[in-house]
Amino acid sequence: MEYAERLENVAVLGAAGKMGSGIVLLLAMEMADVGLKAENRSRRYVLHAVDVSHQALGGLVKYLRGQVLKAAEKKIVALRKVYADRADLVDNSDIVQQYVNDVLDVVRPTTMLEAAAEANVIFEAAPEDLALKLKLFARTATDNPKAPWVFTNTSSIPIEEIDEKARLGGRIMGFHFYNPPAVQKLVELIRSRTTTDDVAAFAELLCKNLRKVVVPAADRPGFIGNGHFMRDLLHAISEVDRLGSEMPLVEAVYAVNRVSQDFLVRPMGIFQLIDYVGLDVCQCILGVMNPRLTGENLHSPLIDRLLEQGVRGGQHHDGSQKDGFLQYQQGKPTGVYDPAAKRYVPIAEFQAACDARLGPLPEPGLPWKVAVRDTAKDALLARFFGQLRSMNTLGSDLARRYGIRSRDIGLKLVSDGVARTANDVNQVLLTGFFHAYGPVNEFFG
Amino acid sequence: MNKLRRKVYMTAGYNTVSMGTGRKEFHPKKPRPGLEDYIREAGRGVLKQVGGAGNIDEGVIGNFMAARFNGQGNLAALVPAIDEGLQWKPCTRVEGACASGALALTTGIKSVLAETADMVLALGVEVQNTVKAIYGADILATAGWSRERKAGHAYFFPGKFSDRAGAYYEKYGRDRTRQAMARWYRNAIENARLCPTAQEYHNTTADLDAAALAEPNPKSFVDHLNVLDCSKVSDGASAIAIASEAGLRRAGIPTSAAVEIVGIGQVEADLTVPPGDPTRLETTRRAVQCALASAGITVDKLATVETHDCFTIAGILAVEAIGLAGPGKGPDFVLDGQTARGGRVPFNTTGGLVGWGHPTGATGVHQAVTLWEQLTGRADRAQIAIPEDRPYGLSVNMGGDDKTLVALVYRRGQEK
Repeated sequence: MEYAERLENVAVLGAAGKMGSGIVLLLAMEMADVGLKAENRSRRYVLHAVDVSHQALGGLVKYLRGQVLKAAEKKIVALRKVYADRADLVDNSDIVQQYVNDVLDVVRPTTMLEAAAEANVIFEAAPEDLALKLKLFARTATDNPKAPWVFTNTSSIPIEEIDEKARLGGRIMGFHFYNPPAVQKLVELIRSRTTTDDVAAFAELLCKNLRKVVVPAADRPGFIGNGHFMRDLLHAISEVDRLGSEMPLVEAVYAVNRVSQDFLVRPMGIFQLIDYVGLDVCQCILGVMNPRLTGENLHSPLIDRLLEQGVRGGQHHDGSQKDGFLQYQQGKPTGVYDPAAKRYVPIAEFQAACDARLGPLPEPGLPWKVAVRDTAKDALLARFFGQLRSMNTLGSDLARRYGIRSRDIGLKLVSDGVARTANDVNQVLLTGFFHAYGPVNEFFG
Repeated sequence: MNKLRRKVYMTAGYNTVSMGTGRKEFHPKKPRPGLEDYIREAGRGVLKQVGGAGNIDEGVIGNFMAARFNGQGNLAALVPAIDEGLQWKPCTRVEGACASGALALTTGIKSVLAETADMVLALGVEVQNTVKAIYGADILATAGWSRERKAGHAYFFPGKFSDRAGAYYEKYGRDRTRQAMARWYRNAIENARLCPTAQEYHNTTADLDAAALAEPNPKSFVDHLNVLDCSKVSDGASAIAIASEAGLRRAGIPTSAAVEIVGIGQVEADLTVPPGDPTRLETTRRAVQCALASAGITVDKLATVETHDCFTIAGILAVEAIGLAGPGKGPDFVLDGQTARGGRVPFNTTGGLVGWGHPTGATGVHQAVTLWEQLTGRADRAQIAIPEDRPYGLSVNMGGDDKTLVALVYRRGQEK
């Protein structure tokens, strides 16, 4: 079965979720694009968008309509050629509307999991819970005579383990999109020992057609992305613990969050990133990695404690940030959670004193937004971190320790064979996390 | 055209800001002034200078496509909205795509010549930021023949002038032409920076040539132009009073505060016929010839030109069509600095369509206002020197792809 035929019938499990909706968008557009080619006009392309709630699926359709509209407007030059033989479509507005209809026509939102059993390809974007994933595969892929190929969006669970437990016989591969899938360029492809060649070849071709940056990762828990992120966040939490003897917890969280953003020139602070991903998701991923990896303790009692108190992070349906380690107003952190008092302490109460203890940024500062847009980015970063190294402040000290730890994590991923090269690690952080520079660098001495 | 049997003047011009991307106060998602706001501002700007609506006998408004950009027809009836003194006076709306503004001027001129009016309020207006550029392209495409739309580019008019640019590159060489187009852009922005109403007034790009030399990207835009080769999407209005000597007298305005219209060339080409030679603007050439002939002057008497540079390549083609450079020599003329503010014939001294902006239906009137300012010494920081032996200004306003053309020759009013 070649590419255009295999794509004729696709299912996405967890289609209305944060990752699933983006995956549906990308696949529906790719399927519509393939279907609009002259040689495929007789084929019928169907994408079963499976999720548990009609309400969430309604939201998915609304999201798709808005996003496809934007995409169509952006690629109007190409679309006019695609619809050149349609005499009834004259204006750009006619063509954009037709394309939106053609993409949405591919998508069949449903709460019936069984619909996925007729697919040639199943994308799974369910929560990071092995038992749940196995349950879904049992009803759609395992023992299915159609032998569908499974691409799991897991960001931590070893693929071979899923393959064995779901009895897929190598019809599975890790296809890890980054959040949000429609925006982030990166896809981590995880080929297990058992993944068949044709499954891997399809995944690579699909990534190419989706214009994704592919980084292959070895089939080890957490892969490259979470292999770095989880250890990075545990470092941040250990720094908070270390600072705990000098300052209250909320101030330590604020300080490390600020250092990891402003002093390290990252798009957001580490605790804001944990909140963005969700404390529950982080806990799940650590829960997958820790028992499967020996020689280190990948676990955070602080995250457990916050979750026990109902502090979860993640996003509301409208995409706005829920409170987690930090409290947010219009997307900006305004408070830090104090688990002892079970309340948020306004940042304004301690910010000035805390900033004074951290000390100044290297002059004239280097906001992440400026760094990523500048063509002379590397020189700007070298100058900034050069100055930072020569400073003797709490902020510069925390930043140096952080930068060195991040580098060590990156190098360990290479020496453990999770990433082929340091360059692959850097690529994941640059394109999956929007960092301005990769963790394996010479900036921190 | 027959010789004018009566002296016709223009005075008391007014331009609103050309609003759109580039202006600091422009926010695409915030509410903005509407069509009637621009009409009112420009109209009142003129009335204030001519002693009020009582001195106006008639109104003419040029507009291209308010019916689609703004869901508004019957624009003549928005003229009385400027001032209650205009209520019950004759008003007309004219349309000729991007030459609608100049058609408002010629219509007003004809009323003065016909002695049915001594002072006409001529306006031009367009408010285009109501739709995204890709849908605006559909609306602007109606300036071409509707049967060509289907086969046309998504960005229809950039596509048309990209084709012209491509043909020109092939015939006369790409590099020098691209350089001249970049210089045209630089001149436009540098002039716009001197004019507070210009859309590019706030432009701070350091290396304009380098920006303008960016390679065209056919995947997202057209083959032979980049976005800086194109005028932007603009909202704005311009207005000016067209008067007889009696009209000026009645308003207490000395002729030296007015420009006299000494030459008119108005030419129409068949919309259904593509240009014979895409490297030439034949209709423009004919309109300019008519205007110069009716003024009784030759091209070497021109002090300054306001030309319709909807695209940088259109500016260069116009230099040749006007007769300032031979075929294929326009780029040299521009690169030699002849069209720059310090050159022999400064072009588009407040930025033209690329720099000042292109609220389509207003452009023809804006050109007249700029020439009135320059020839009567009112251009403030944008003022250029007008040589005594070359006292004439020329405006060239184009509708569609070299289809509807109006060229006018101006000189400062002479005191008796």
